[in-house]
Amino acid sequence: MTADATPALVEDEQRTAAGPRVRRSSAYPRYLAGKVAGAAVSLLAVLVTSFFLFRLIPGDPVKTMTGGRQVSAEQLAAYREEFGLDLPLWRQFTDYCGKALTGDFGTSYQFRAPVVDKITEALPNTLLLTGTAFVLYTALGIFLGTRSAWRHGKLGDRVNTGLALTLYSIPSFWLGLLLIIVLSVGIGPLPGMFPTGGMESGGEEGFAYVLDVAHHLVLPVVTLVAVEYGQTLLVTRSALLDEMGSDYLTTARAKGLRDDLVRRRHAVPNALLPTVTLIFINLGRTVAGVILVETVFSWPGLGGLFYQALSVPDLPLVQGLFFVFAAAVILMNTLADLVYPLLDPRVAR
Amino acid sequence: MGTNDQNRSLPHGLRLVALAGAAALTLTAGLATPLDPAPQQARAADDGKKVLTVAVAQSVDSLSPFLAVRLLSTSIHRLMYEYLTNYDPKDNHAIAGLATKWEPSPDKLTWTYTIRSNSKWSDGQQATAEDAAWTFNKMMTDTGAATANGSYVGNFRKVTAPSPTKLVIELKKPQATMAALDVPIVPKHVWEKVSDFSEFNNDKSFPVVGNGPFVLSGYKADSYVRLKANKSFWRGSPKFDELVFRYYKDQDAAVSALRKGEVSFVAGSPSLTPAQAESLKGADDIQVNDAPGRRFYALATNPGAKAKNGEKFGDGHPSLLDQRVRNALFRAVDREAIIDKVFRGHAVEGEGYIPPRFQDYFWKPSASQKLAYDPAEAARLLDRAGYRKNGDGKRVGKDGKPITYRVLCHATDPNDKAVGKYLQEWWGELGIGVRLNCLDNVTDPWLAGKYDLAFDGWSVNPDPDFVLSIHTCGALPATPEETGATDNFICDKKYDDLYARQLTEYDPAKRADIVKQMESRLYDLGYMNVMAYPNAVEAFRTDQIKSITTMPAKAGNIYGQDGYWSWWSAVPADSGGSSDNASSTGVVVGIVAGVVILGGLGAFAAMRRRATAEERE
Repeated sequence: MTADATPALVEDEQRTAAGPRVRRSSAYPRYLAGKVAGAAVSLLAVLVTSFFLFRLIPGDPVKTMTGGRQVSAEQLAAYREEFGLDLPLWRQFTDYCGKALTGDFGTSYQFRAPVVDKITEALPNTLLLTGTAFVLYTALGIFLGTRSAWRHGKLGDRVNTGLALTLYSIPSFWLGLLLIIVLSVGIGPLPGMFPTGGMESGGEEGFAYVLDVAHHLVLPVVTLVAVEYGQTLLVTRSALLDEMGSDYLTTARAKGLRDDLVRRRHAVPNALLPTVTLIFINLGRTVAGVILVETVFSWPGLGGLFYQALSVPDLPLVQGLFFVFAAAVILMNTLADLVYPLLDPRVAR
Repeated sequence: MGTNDQNRSLPHGLRLVALAGAAALTLTAGLATPLDPAPQQARAADDGKKVLTVAVAQSVDSLSPFLAVRLLSTSIHRLMYEYLTNYDPKDNHAIAGLATKWEPSPDKLTWTYTIRSNSKWSDGQQATAEDAAWTFNKMMTDTGAATANGSYVGNFRKVTAPSPTKLVIELKKPQATMAALDVPIVPKHVWEKVSDFSEFNNDKSFPVVGNGPFVLSGYKADSYVRLKANKSFWRGSPKFDELVFRYYKDQDAAVSALRKGEVSFVAGSPSLTPAQAESLKGADDIQVNDAPGRRFYALATNPGAKAKNGEKFGDGHPSLLDQRVRNALFRAVDREAIIDKVFRGHAVEGEGYIPPRFQDYFWKPSASQKLAYDPAEAARLLDRAGYRKNGDGKRVGKDGKPITYRVLCHATDPNDKAVGKYLQEWWGELGIGVRLNCLDNVTDPWLAGKYDLAFDGWSVNPDPDFVLSIHTCGALPATPEETGATDNFICDKKYDDLYARQLTEYDPAKRADIVKQMESRLYDLGYMNVMAYPNAVEAFRTDQIKSITTMPAKAGNIYGQDGYWSWWSAVPADSGGSSDNASSTGVVVGIVAGVVILGGLGAFAAMRRRATAEERE
């Protein structure tokens, strides 16, 4: 069937394939350097902001830390010295920046442990939860979004978009609780099948531990996927609808290409740019976790840690987490910027 | 390219989703088999262990007894380490712990403790007076080690261990709380190797050496804390083999876990809500324990924040310095309505400063002294104090401006918000405005004295010294920049004199009498209005826990006791209860659901294949 393809289309494909290579060689390095430099400046801005922003919170952190307990003046002075709070602000700032560049965000006030340790303790948990959900809701969103757009106006499309909009509008917290009642505790003849919360039962080892964690993962992932896939679906559907009337699709069909092939090989790649943007934004958010879902399922991730840090406030921990969250978003946005020209060479011009 | 595409039975996207879904479902169906739905019980059945699982919401701040201040952490330390003394679960009086006997010298400045000879550390070594002396001396000499319990040794002059069974503590001045030193005694031979007490969290190497009823055997931040029964505990081994604290950050999820049998006990933080308690009351195999609490719930006024050096700070409303105004405000608080409407009956109307469960120290005002609910009298008091209504019906201050009080409330406490709404209504009728200032972190404005009134509450210990001490002038911050132990900047000479007298009074009855005089004085001053004593509302599964000791024994609480009585005394139920049945049904349904959905996916794939085959043709 490929052999029957019209010379025009083959020519078009060759042009598309050859074009970017030529242009990328001249414009892409400059484009890349600009984006990386922009990201570096943003990271620096985040570092500065994270230091000063949280110092706007009124009060003395040491007083907050020891509030309600009898603490001598000597002890207070010792705390201030221990956490470097006795130094002038500019010294605190330079110390903070210097250490942060080496990955040292200080010691948590409340946990008396290095901030990096607390973050690295919780980060894999968050990545496991949000990463699994991300893969599933992105795949589901793109697949259903494509189907909906391709058969827009039909019953399947209406059901798909209606369901996606409904689930997208449901608060994840509420949906999580509902799933706990129905699938965890059990309701009517339906028995509970999943744990009500946490990441593990504790005490398991080896493969049993992997199974145990996976078992705990199911409900929070289902909650996240149900709430999040709609966004990808709607963006993909909308982008694909914009492409649907294009001449090149008519040409492809006229060549006798199967409908499925026209959609996957021609329409979807051209409509993917907004979805890619969304994917990278979601990837950035993945690190920050989903506070409400982590809370309702008692998932020991970064979201819960950030809430605890803010309520003290535990300045080093808040600063460290803020930087990690912001850095993840910046990194992913930069990656998205770097990927765009590969999808649409005009971006890098 | 094209040929390959056509030969595919499923498009790429569909294959991806099908693969992910199939993997997830297979995993789920498989997982339902060994693990679900009550992991603790399932494991108990496997290895014969009896595991008591407690749902908790609070994170462990540290597992070092020198650093930990949170209730969960200190409760765990009670289980891991013996203290010198303990409290009788029946009536809270001090009883033997690591020390079997204690007595003061005639000059009241030296206390001698006899250390028991039948307490061993879990690594087999004998626990001695030397361990206790080392623990106290470390707190006296190392600021890092004084972080959590430094106040207990503030009045110590010298601590020695003349023999393995004799501990001597010399004081700077007499203090009556020497049988209430809530300090975990740690093994010297383990802890002397710690180089920096301000950073060592005691959470990396397990099991942790201790001599309490349980031995800490595992910990994962915000996931679980696991303790094993200490079979050689001198008072006798706990009946459960393991005690596990599991995290449920959401209270409704914790209640669901109890319903399911995933946990044996849930207490909430600090209590179950009335709605949760009501819903659990009718549930099978679940018992709700609605016990008189050890907390008081109060409204405190800013008495004019000041430091010990006399310097004033903060911005409390000046009208609150007038006792008639304070009394008027509290006469316009309908405490009965608060009990009925806000606490839904799960509380007792507040009067004196110490809750009635501490009978020795409980005090209530006489009929003539009582500031009973009387809005008309409240209005008269305000008129007499010179705070009259203007043309708009608003009471105006000395500056001529309508009075609106800022009330500091905890954003996370629904009771504060609900009571605040009532205050707006009741005080509004008096012509006084109320602006609720609900914050996650109330500590900062509180310490800065930037509030007019604040919702206040403390848990009271069997020995009331601490909650009494926070209203002494000595608890004020040294300067406005420093932190004091004060709760509310109250400083009254008469109260202070009484406080000093009770601290040096070693006769329990006479001391209790002085404490009651202090409560009376505090009530008359009107800086604190105790509105309620909230109940401790908690629930447990009767098919997992056959019996458990409450404290006080008659109508007491289970979680957060002064001592280790609840978890040490808990007796496992004979059967696993309904959770096992649920488990087997869950397995079947899980597998059936997995097979049905996988079958559906297979059918869908087959249909797709047929469709593409037709297209090929």
